[in-house]
Amino acid sequence: MKHDLILRVLAKLLIPVIVLFALYVQFHGDYGPGGGFQAGVIFSVAFIFYALVFGLDSAERVIPAGVLRVLASLGVLIYAGVGVITLFKGGNFLDYDVLSQNPVAGQHLGILVIELGVGITVSAVMLIIFFTFAGRGRD
Amino acid sequence: MIDILIDVTLLAFLAITAIAILRIHNLFAVIMLFGIFSLLSAGVFVVLDAADVAFTEASVGAGISTVLMLGTLALTRGHHEKPPAHRPWLPLVVVLVTGAALVYGTVDIPGFGDPATPAQQHVAPRYLEQGQAETGVPNIVTAVLASYRGYDTLGEVTVIFTAGIGVLLLLGRRRRDKASKDEQP
Repeated sequence: MKHDLILRVLAKLLIPVIVLFALYVQFHGDYGPGGGFQAGVIFSVAFIFYALVFGLDSAERVIPAGVLRVLASLGVLIYAGVGVITLFKGGNFLDYDVLSQNPVAGQHLGILVIELGVGITVSAVMLIIFFTFAGRGRD
Repeated sequence: MIDILIDVTLLAFLAITAIAILRIHNLFAVIMLFGIFSLLSAGVFVVLDAADVAFTEASVGAGISTVLMLGTLALTRGHHEKPPAHRPWLPLVVVLVTGAALVYGTVDIPGFGDPATPAQQHVAPRYLEQGQAETGVPNIVTAVLASYRGYDTLGEVTVIFTAGIGVLLLLGRRRRDKASKDEQP
Protein backbone atom coordinates (compact mmCIF):
# COMPACT_ATOMS: atom_id res chain seq x y z
CA MET A 1 0.00 0.00 0.00
CA LYS A 2 2.69 2.47 -0.95
CA HIS A 3 0.57 4.97 -2.86
CA ASP A 4 -2.60 5.31 -0.81
CA LEU A 5 -2.05 8.94 0.12
CA ILE A 6 -5.48 9.48 1.72
CA LEU A 7 -5.16 6.35 3.86
CA ARG A 8 -1.68 7.32 5.04
CA VAL A 9 -2.66 10.88 5.95
CA LEU A 10 -5.82 9.68 7.71
CA ALA A 11 -3.85 7.04 9.61
CA LYS A 12 -1.38 9.65 10.85
CA LEU A 13 -4.32 11.75 12.03
CA LEU A 14 -6.27 8.90 13.63
CA ILE A 15 -3.59 6.78 15.32
CA PRO A 16 -2.68 9.34 18.02
CA VAL A 17 -6.39 9.81 18.76
CA ILE A 18 -6.91 6.04 19.07
CA VAL A 19 -3.95 5.72 21.45
CA LEU A 20 -5.20 8.66 23.51
CA PHE A 21 -8.68 7.14 23.66
CA ALA A 22 -7.19 3.80 24.78
CA LEU A 23 -5.33 5.55 27.61
CA TYR A 24 -8.53 7.38 28.57
CA VAL A 25 -10.49 4.11 28.68
CA GLN A 26 -7.66 2.51 30.67
CA PHE A 27 -7.35 5.11 33.39
CA HIS A 28 -10.97 6.32 33.44
CA GLY A 29 -12.32 2.77 33.75
CA ASP A 30 -13.13 3.21 37.43
CA TYR A 31 -15.41 6.19 36.68
CA GLY A 32 -16.91 5.36 33.30
CA PRO A 33 -17.41 2.29 31.16
CA GLY A 34 -14.24 0.55 30.15
CA GLY A 35 -11.17 -0.90 31.79
CA GLY A 36 -8.08 -2.90 31.01
CA PHE A 37 -9.65 -5.33 28.53
CA GLN A 38 -11.25 -2.70 26.32
CA ALA A 39 -8.29 -0.33 26.59
CA GLY A 40 -5.86 -3.10 25.65
CA VAL A 41 -7.86 -3.97 22.56
CA ILE A 42 -8.19 -0.32 21.46
CA PHE A 43 -4.47 0.25 22.06
CA SER A 44 -3.57 -2.74 19.89
CA VAL A 45 -5.98 -1.57 17.19
CA ALA A 46 -3.86 1.58 16.75
CA PHE A 47 -0.81 -0.56 15.94
CA ILE A 48 -2.80 -2.94 13.72
CA PHE A 49 -4.08 0.10 11.78
CA TYR A 50 -0.49 1.27 11.42
CA ALA A 51 0.56 -2.18 10.19
CA LEU A 52 -2.30 -2.30 7.65
CA VAL A 53 -1.44 1.09 6.16
CA PHE A 54 2.35 1.28 6.43
CA GLY A 55 3.18 -2.41 6.11
CA LEU A 56 4.05 -5.15 8.56
CA ASP A 57 7.79 -4.54 8.53
CA SER A 58 7.62 -0.93 9.64
CA ALA A 59 5.08 -1.89 12.32
CA GLU A 60 7.45 -4.54 13.63
CA ARG A 61 10.20 -1.92 13.73
CA VAL A 62 7.91 0.27 15.88
CA ILE A 63 7.15 -2.54 18.31
CA PRO A 64 9.45 -5.58 17.94
CA ALA A 65 8.18 -9.10 18.56
CA GLY A 66 10.57 -9.62 21.47
CA VAL A 67 9.19 -6.55 23.27
CA LEU A 68 5.63 -7.84 22.77
CA ARG A 69 6.50 -11.19 24.39
CA VAL A 70 8.03 -9.43 27.39
CA LEU A 71 4.99 -7.12 27.68
CA ALA A 72 2.53 -10.03 27.49
CA SER A 73 4.24 -11.72 30.43
CA LEU A 74 4.75 -8.42 32.27
CA GLY A 75 1.01 -7.74 32.50
CA VAL A 76 0.25 -11.09 34.15
CA LEU A 77 3.28 -10.59 36.39
CA ILE A 78 2.01 -7.16 37.51
CA TYR A 79 -1.42 -8.61 38.29
CA ALA A 80 -0.17 -11.63 40.22
CA GLY A 81 2.58 -9.48 41.78
CA VAL A 82 -0.04 -7.24 43.36
CA GLY A 83 -1.52 -10.37 44.90
CA VAL A 84 1.87 -11.45 46.27
CA ILE A 85 2.51 -7.95 47.69
CA THR A 86 -0.82 -8.06 49.53
CA LEU A 87 0.23 -11.47 50.94
CA PHE A 88 3.48 -9.98 52.23
CA LYS A 89 1.62 -7.04 53.75
CA GLY A 90 -0.47 -9.43 55.82
CA GLY A 91 -3.69 -9.58 53.78
CA ASN A 92 -5.24 -12.28 51.63
CA PHE A 93 -4.17 -12.81 48.00
CA LEU A 94 -5.46 -9.81 45.97
CA ASP A 95 -6.97 -8.16 49.08
CA TYR A 96 -6.10 -4.55 48.22
CA ASP A 97 -7.14 -3.14 51.63
CA VAL A 98 -3.61 -3.58 52.98
CA LEU A 99 -1.89 -1.72 50.11
CA SER A 100 -2.36 1.66 51.79
CA GLN A 101 -3.07 3.05 55.25
CA ASN A 102 -6.65 3.73 54.22
CA PRO A 103 -8.49 0.58 52.95
CA VAL A 104 -10.48 2.55 50.35
CA ALA A 105 -7.33 4.19 48.98
CA GLY A 106 -5.69 0.75 48.94
CA GLN A 107 -8.60 -0.70 46.96
CA HIS A 108 -8.45 2.16 44.46
CA LEU A 109 -4.69 1.76 44.02
CA GLY A 110 -4.97 -2.01 43.65
CA ILE A 111 -7.72 -1.75 41.03
CA LEU A 112 -5.72 0.82 39.01
CA VAL A 113 -2.57 -1.32 39.04
CA ILE A 114 -4.21 -4.63 38.14
CA GLU A 115 -6.23 -2.91 35.36
CA LEU A 116 -2.89 -1.69 34.01
CA GLY A 117 -1.61 -5.28 34.06
CA VAL A 118 -4.74 -6.45 32.22
CA GLY A 119 -4.33 -3.70 29.61
CA ILE A 120 -0.65 -4.48 28.95
CA THR A 121 -1.23 -8.22 28.55
CA VAL A 122 -4.35 -7.87 26.39
CA SER A 123 -2.78 -5.36 23.98
CA ALA A 124 0.46 -7.35 23.70
CA VAL A 125 -1.33 -10.66 23.09
CA MET A 126 -3.69 -9.13 20.49
CA LEU A 127 -0.65 -7.74 18.63
CA ILE A 128 1.22 -11.06 18.93
CA ILE A 129 -1.75 -12.91 17.41
CA PHE A 130 -2.16 -10.35 14.63
CA PHE A 131 1.54 -10.20 13.73
CA THR A 132 1.82 -14.00 13.78
CA PHE A 133 -1.20 -14.46 11.49
CA ALA A 134 -0.28 -11.60 9.16
CA GLY A 135 3.42 -12.54 9.08
CA ARG A 136 2.65 -16.10 8.03
CA GLY A 137 1.32 -15.11 4.62
CA ARG A 138 4.50 -13.17 3.88
CA ASP A 139 6.91 -16.04 3.36
CA MET B 1 -42.54 3.50 23.27
CA ILE B 2 -39.26 4.64 21.75
CA ASP B 3 -37.52 1.81 23.67
CA ILE B 4 -39.70 -0.81 21.99
CA LEU B 5 -39.07 0.80 18.62
CA ILE B 6 -35.28 0.68 19.13
CA ASP B 7 -35.46 -2.92 20.40
CA VAL B 8 -37.53 -4.09 17.43
CA THR B 9 -35.30 -2.25 14.95
CA LEU B 10 -32.07 -3.69 16.40
CA LEU B 11 -33.44 -7.23 16.62
CA ALA B 12 -34.83 -7.00 13.08
CA PHE B 13 -31.43 -5.89 11.79
CA LEU B 14 -29.80 -8.75 13.75
CA ALA B 15 -32.14 -11.26 12.12
CA ILE B 16 -31.59 -9.75 8.65
CA THR B 17 -27.81 -9.88 9.13
CA ALA B 18 -27.99 -13.50 10.32
CA ILE B 19 -30.05 -14.52 7.28
CA ALA B 20 -27.68 -12.63 5.00
CA ILE B 21 -24.71 -14.49 6.56
CA LEU B 22 -26.48 -17.77 5.77
CA ARG B 23 -27.37 -16.83 2.21
CA ILE B 24 -24.11 -15.24 1.06
CA HIS B 25 -21.29 -17.57 0.00
CA ASN B 26 -18.55 -14.98 -0.48
CA LEU B 27 -16.48 -15.35 2.71
CA PHE B 28 -15.15 -11.78 2.59
CA ALA B 29 -18.71 -10.44 2.70
CA VAL B 30 -19.60 -12.93 5.45
CA ILE B 31 -16.74 -11.63 7.65
CA MET B 32 -17.92 -8.05 7.13
CA LEU B 33 -21.45 -9.14 8.07
CA PHE B 34 -20.07 -10.80 11.23
CA GLY B 35 -18.61 -7.41 12.17
CA ILE B 36 -21.96 -5.72 11.56
CA PHE B 37 -23.67 -8.43 13.65
CA SER B 38 -21.27 -7.75 16.54
CA LEU B 39 -21.85 -4.01 16.30
CA LEU B 40 -25.64 -4.54 16.37
CA SER B 41 -25.21 -6.82 19.42
CA ALA B 42 -23.24 -4.03 21.07
CA GLY B 43 -26.21 -1.75 20.36
CA VAL B 44 -28.52 -4.27 22.06
CA PHE B 45 -26.22 -4.31 25.11
CA VAL B 46 -26.34 -0.50 25.27
CA VAL B 47 -30.15 -0.67 25.24
CA LEU B 48 -29.90 -3.15 28.15
CA ASP B 49 -27.74 -0.56 30.06
CA ALA B 50 -24.69 -2.85 29.94
CA ALA B 51 -22.23 -0.23 28.70
CA ASP B 52 -19.09 -2.18 29.65
CA VAL B 53 -20.24 -5.33 27.85
CA ALA B 54 -21.23 -3.26 24.81
CA PHE B 55 -17.78 -1.68 24.81
CA THR B 56 -16.10 -5.09 24.84
CA GLU B 57 -18.41 -6.46 22.14
CA ALA B 58 -17.77 -3.46 19.89
CA SER B 59 -13.99 -3.50 20.28
CA VAL B 60 -13.37 -7.26 20.36
CA GLY B 61 -16.29 -8.64 18.33
CA ALA B 62 -16.58 -5.97 15.68
CA GLY B 63 -12.94 -4.83 15.70
CA ILE B 64 -10.19 -7.31 16.48
CA SER B 65 -11.92 -10.56 15.53
CA THR B 66 -12.94 -9.12 12.13
CA VAL B 67 -9.31 -8.21 11.44
CA LEU B 68 -8.12 -11.65 12.58
CA MET B 69 -10.69 -13.42 10.40
CA LEU B 70 -9.66 -11.27 7.42
CA GLY B 71 -6.03 -12.19 8.13
CA THR B 72 -6.97 -15.87 8.19
CA LEU B 73 -8.94 -15.49 4.96
CA ALA B 74 -5.89 -13.93 3.30
CA LEU B 75 -3.89 -17.07 4.21
CA THR B 76 -6.40 -19.51 2.75
CA ARG B 77 -7.02 -20.06 -0.95
CA GLY B 78 -10.71 -20.19 -1.66
CA HIS B 79 -12.72 -17.08 -0.90
CA HIS B 80 -15.98 -18.87 -1.54
CA GLU B 81 -17.86 -21.41 0.54
CA LYS B 82 -18.04 -24.88 -0.98
CA PRO B 83 -21.58 -25.87 -2.03
CA PRO B 84 -23.12 -28.18 0.61
CA ALA B 85 -22.61 -31.86 -0.14
CA HIS B 86 -25.81 -33.15 1.50
CA ARG B 87 -29.37 -31.99 2.07
CA PRO B 88 -29.95 -29.70 5.06
CA TRP B 89 -33.07 -31.42 6.44
CA LEU B 90 -31.53 -33.04 9.55
CA PRO B 91 -29.66 -29.86 10.67
CA LEU B 92 -32.84 -27.86 10.02
CA VAL B 93 -34.89 -30.16 12.28
CA VAL B 94 -32.20 -30.01 15.02
CA VAL B 95 -32.09 -26.21 14.83
CA LEU B 96 -35.88 -25.88 14.91
CA VAL B 97 -36.24 -28.24 17.91
CA THR B 98 -33.41 -26.51 19.82
CA GLY B 99 -34.84 -23.10 19.00
CA ALA B 100 -38.31 -24.14 20.15
CA ALA B 101 -36.85 -25.51 23.41
CA LEU B 102 -34.97 -22.27 24.00
CA VAL B 103 -38.06 -20.13 23.33
CA TYR B 104 -40.04 -22.41 25.68
CA GLY B 105 -37.27 -21.90 28.27
CA THR B 106 -37.58 -18.11 28.12
CA VAL B 107 -41.15 -18.39 29.44
CA ASP B 108 -39.73 -19.24 32.87
CA ILE B 109 -37.05 -16.53 32.85
CA PRO B 110 -37.87 -13.67 35.26
CA GLY B 111 -38.70 -10.30 33.74
CA PHE B 112 -35.90 -7.91 32.71
CA GLY B 113 -34.66 -5.94 35.74
CA ASP B 114 -36.98 -7.78 38.15
CA PRO B 115 -35.52 -7.12 41.65
CA ALA B 116 -37.04 -10.33 43.09
CA THR B 117 -34.93 -12.75 41.01
CA PRO B 118 -32.36 -14.93 42.84
CA ALA B 119 -29.52 -13.41 40.81
CA GLN B 120 -30.39 -9.95 42.16
CA GLN B 121 -30.68 -11.06 45.77
CA HIS B 122 -27.50 -13.00 46.47
CA VAL B 123 -24.45 -10.70 46.47
CA ALA B 124 -25.64 -8.00 44.06
CA PRO B 125 -27.30 -5.78 46.73
CA ARG B 126 -24.08 -5.77 48.76
CA TYR B 127 -22.05 -4.71 45.68
CA LEU B 128 -24.54 -1.98 44.79
CA GLU B 129 -24.94 -0.61 48.33
CA GLN B 130 -21.40 -0.98 49.71
CA GLY B 131 -19.32 -1.10 46.53
CA GLN B 132 -18.45 2.56 46.25
CA ALA B 133 -17.85 2.95 50.00
CA GLU B 134 -15.57 -0.09 50.11
CA THR B 135 -13.54 0.39 46.95
CA GLY B 136 -13.88 4.11 46.18
CA VAL B 137 -14.69 3.23 42.56
CA PRO B 138 -17.99 4.63 41.19
CA ASN B 139 -18.18 2.13 38.30
CA ILE B 140 -19.57 -0.97 40.05
CA VAL B 141 -18.63 -3.17 37.06
CA THR B 142 -14.96 -2.26 37.50
CA ALA B 143 -15.21 -2.75 41.28
CA VAL B 144 -16.70 -6.24 40.89
CA LEU B 145 -14.35 -7.22 38.07
CA ALA B 146 -11.11 -6.01 39.62
CA SER B 147 -11.71 -6.28 43.36
CA TYR B 148 -14.58 -8.55 44.44
CA ARG B 149 -13.90 -10.98 41.61
CA GLY B 150 -10.16 -10.34 41.32
CA TYR B 151 -9.34 -14.07 41.17
CA ASP B 152 -11.61 -14.57 38.16
CA THR B 153 -10.08 -11.64 36.30
CA LEU B 154 -6.56 -12.95 37.04
CA GLY B 155 -7.72 -16.24 35.53
CA GLU B 156 -9.08 -14.45 32.45
CA VAL B 157 -5.82 -12.57 31.90
CA THR B 158 -3.94 -15.85 32.25
CA VAL B 159 -6.24 -17.40 29.62
CA ILE B 160 -5.46 -14.55 27.19
CA PHE B 161 -1.75 -14.90 27.92
CA THR B 162 -1.98 -18.66 27.30
CA ALA B 163 -3.79 -18.03 24.00
CA GLY B 164 -0.94 -15.76 22.91
CA ILE B 165 1.65 -18.39 23.85
CA GLY B 166 -0.36 -21.06 22.01
CA VAL B 167 -0.47 -18.99 18.80
CA LEU B 168 3.26 -18.29 19.09
CA LEU B 169 4.09 -21.98 19.61
CA LEU B 170 1.90 -23.17 16.74
CA LEU B 171 2.50 -20.47 14.12
CA GLY B 172 5.28 -18.16 15.29
CA ARG B 173 8.36 -20.08 14.22
CA ARG B 174 8.82 -18.69 10.72
CA ARG B 175 12.06 -16.78 11.45
CA ARG B 176 14.11 -19.60 12.90
CA ASP B 177 12.92 -22.33 10.54
CA LYS B 178 14.87 -21.22 7.50
CA ALA B 179 15.25 -24.83 6.38
CA SER B 180 11.57 -25.74 6.44
CA LYS B 181 10.62 -22.46 4.77
CA ASP B 182 10.79 -24.00 1.31
CA GLU B 183 8.38 -26.76 2.24
CA GLN B 184 5.63 -24.34 3.19
CA PRO B 185 2.90 -23.90 0.58
